[in-house]
Amino acid sequence: MSDSALEAFRTETRAWLEANCPPAMREPVRDEDDVYWGGRNATFKNDAQKAWFEVCRDKGYTVPAWPKDYGGAGLSPAQAKVLREEMTRIGARPPLSSFGIWMLGPALLHFGTEGQKQRFLNEIARGEIRWCQGYSEPGSGSDLVSLQTYGEDKGDHWVVNGQKVWTSYADKADWIFCLVRTDKDNKYQGITFMLYDMASEGVATKPILLISGNSPFCETFFDDVTVPKSYGEDVPAYVGEINRGWDVAKYLLGHEREMISGADGGNTGTIGAALARANGDIDPVLRAELAQFDVDALAYGAMGEKFLDEIKVGKAHPAQPNMMKYAGTELNKRRHELVMAAGGSTALEWDSEETGGGKPSRNWLRTKANSIEGGTSEVMLNVISKRILDLPGA
Amino acid sequence: MPLYYDDDQAMLADSASQFMAEEGSTKKQLRHWRDRECKDGFGHALWQQFAEMGFTGMLVDEDDGGLGMGQVEANIVLEEIGRNLTPSPFMASSVLAATALKHGSNDLKGRWLPHLISGEKVYSVAIDEGAKHRPERIACKAEKSGNGFKLSGKKDFVVYGASSEMIVVAARTSGSDRDTDGVTLFAVPQDAAGMSHDSVRLVDSSMASHVTFDGVELDGDAVIGEVDGGRAVLDAMLVAGRVGSAAEGVGVARGAMDMTVDYLKQRKQFGKVIGEFQALQHRAAHLYSEVEIARAVTVKAAQLVDGGSEKADLMASVAKAKVAKVAGLAVREGVQMHGGIGMTDEYDIGLYMKRDRALQEFLGDQYYHTGRVAELSGY
Repeated sequence: MSDSALEAFRTETRAWLEANCPPAMREPVRDEDDVYWGGRNATFKNDAQKAWFEVCRDKGYTVPAWPKDYGGAGLSPAQAKVLREEMTRIGARPPLSSFGIWMLGPALLHFGTEGQKQRFLNEIARGEIRWCQGYSEPGSGSDLVSLQTYGEDKGDHWVVNGQKVWTSYADKADWIFCLVRTDKDNKYQGITFMLYDMASEGVATKPILLISGNSPFCETFFDDVTVPKSYGEDVPAYVGEINRGWDVAKYLLGHEREMISGADGGNTGTIGAALARANGDIDPVLRAELAQFDVDALAYGAMGEKFLDEIKVGKAHPAQPNMMKYAGTELNKRRHELVMAAGGSTALEWDSEETGGGKPSRNWLRTKANSIEGGTSEVMLNVISKRILDLPGA
Repeated sequence: MPLYYDDDQAMLADSASQFMAEEGSTKKQLRHWRDRECKDGFGHALWQQFAEMGFTGMLVDEDDGGLGMGQVEANIVLEEIGRNLTPSPFMASSVLAATALKHGSNDLKGRWLPHLISGEKVYSVAIDEGAKHRPERIACKAEKSGNGFKLSGKKDFVVYGASSEMIVVAARTSGSDRDTDGVTLFAVPQDAAGMSHDSVRLVDSSMASHVTFDGVELDGDAVIGEVDGGRAVLDAMLVAGRVGSAAEGVGVARGAMDMTVDYLKQRKQFGKVIGEFQALQHRAAHLYSEVEIARAVTVKAAQLVDGGSEKADLMASVAKAKVAKVAGLAVREGVQMHGGIGMTDEYDIGLYMKRDRALQEFLGDQYYHTGRVAELSGY
């Protein structure tokens, strides 16, 4: 697309956003219910949230880069970037947040059958079905491939038994995309990537309270859950091939790592100036630490930019997302340590208005999971050792 | 502009990499001249080859006989210099002096640039006035005297100063030590009466001078740029040098890291290749991540310099600070992971540690530049 066509698209987008994005949807997200997740039991917080979601859904802007046939707007990467920039410019909230958009969608676009795409991608784009991700198990965290949840083959269906953990919002989800062992003799080639309804008989969930006082995560139990092998013509109940779900999982983990690392520039900003301004009298040693953080954050920002540039032209090493995830999450943890240090006793307040209900401390505690979820820092370092540095036996 | 090399830059990187690995190796250059206690600290024959490769005048404008290239290209050469620890006056002559001379009169350019481009002569710059880099303060004085100036004072850490046919000197022509204005740059020829060098060998075997100016008489045409308005030229020179030495530091870090990773794959202890030990793997992987990040921000800073961006100054300090930290980590991990042999003169890893130490001090260390990042960010 020519520069002038892209500029025309920008003008058009700007006008569309001006006309359609309600002022209340241009405020920063403050509470959990400011985020709309969709799903069978979804309710809107207010009319503005509903209007914003519906107008985006109808335009394909819940998933702008997906093809029109699957509920998207069919935007080119350059157009999608323009839309993102214009939304950021006015501080527009995402109209719909969902693991369907972030995780399952990319997997289906890559591995799905036409029938699966028609059905599931459209449901995701329209916010009709809320998905959760069934990966980790009590004994299988970083060593994910050791998972034990088992689906016994009964011809036209499986009977699934086992337990998942850290299932984000499992208690609120309609369907699950779940890694299930279907061949006990084959570690990597014995896992199937299944899709099934959380309302199925034998599925139970239980929230896990975290140190941040919040509970997005659940334990999820499967007790003789019947999963059919197909939901109709060309709509298998699994993505990719039976026993080859690990390929899909690996593909998605790459996606997740890029997302968590904030390679999009989400967490690469500097903090020194803002913290010094907000908190007045800063100790010289803390000031030095803030400056060191800013150096590292700006350098990481350049790395993120380089990484994205290289991805576009296929120059990035396939294991580079692991390095981005490692460096980005460690940096983000440091950021919140410094926020707490600069904030002093105010930052400790757990439920005051001043802290927005304990934002600084809850966020600080939350970031401790950054280097655990989506593969621990130690696992990232293992992957870098093996796949980039080619060290033996790693 | 994407943060990777375009086709021309990739070609330059290939030829610079091959040239430096072959002709600029530690065996042929650093060790060779060090073991002969060479008074210059580098080989003039190699410098001639730099000219043949087109490196010496790469930053000089085409109208002045150079190649009119930018910081990104100079950084490509500097990274290879760093990787091979190649001693050369490239930074002093082709980056710093060349950047200063861009701002000179046509007469001044005509007098000095042809010899720089041909590789016949070597130039240097005199900025620091003490053991630490503090270019905000210039005390060295140049007083009006007839049609010209009389230069008095002392400069330190003038790299390859005694081997230089000309030195770019930052001196004060008005105001007090800490004033921004009132600074003027001069091209001082080697044979100027009253200039003397106390030349010393540094830890990395390079040579640097303490230079004393004892009433050195200079013609008015020795002035580079405007009288009292030299700060802008000085700043341009500093940015080029800082981003350039960040690139050299990236080269030092990569050289040390590559050597160390190779060693981890060969050395056996407890019946295993030591690279199998997770404790070492994780440290190597962490180092790799840091080196990649340092490299990215250095490319970014170079592009900002070439684009004339307002952010170039801040990113130059970010790059210098980040690289200093990372290269320091690379050489320390390098020596440690090599174990006992890392302490021997026979292995190159120690040479990387020495070069890194000298490079850290050059044009400001990590503490100076980290502090600068805070100041430029307003806290």
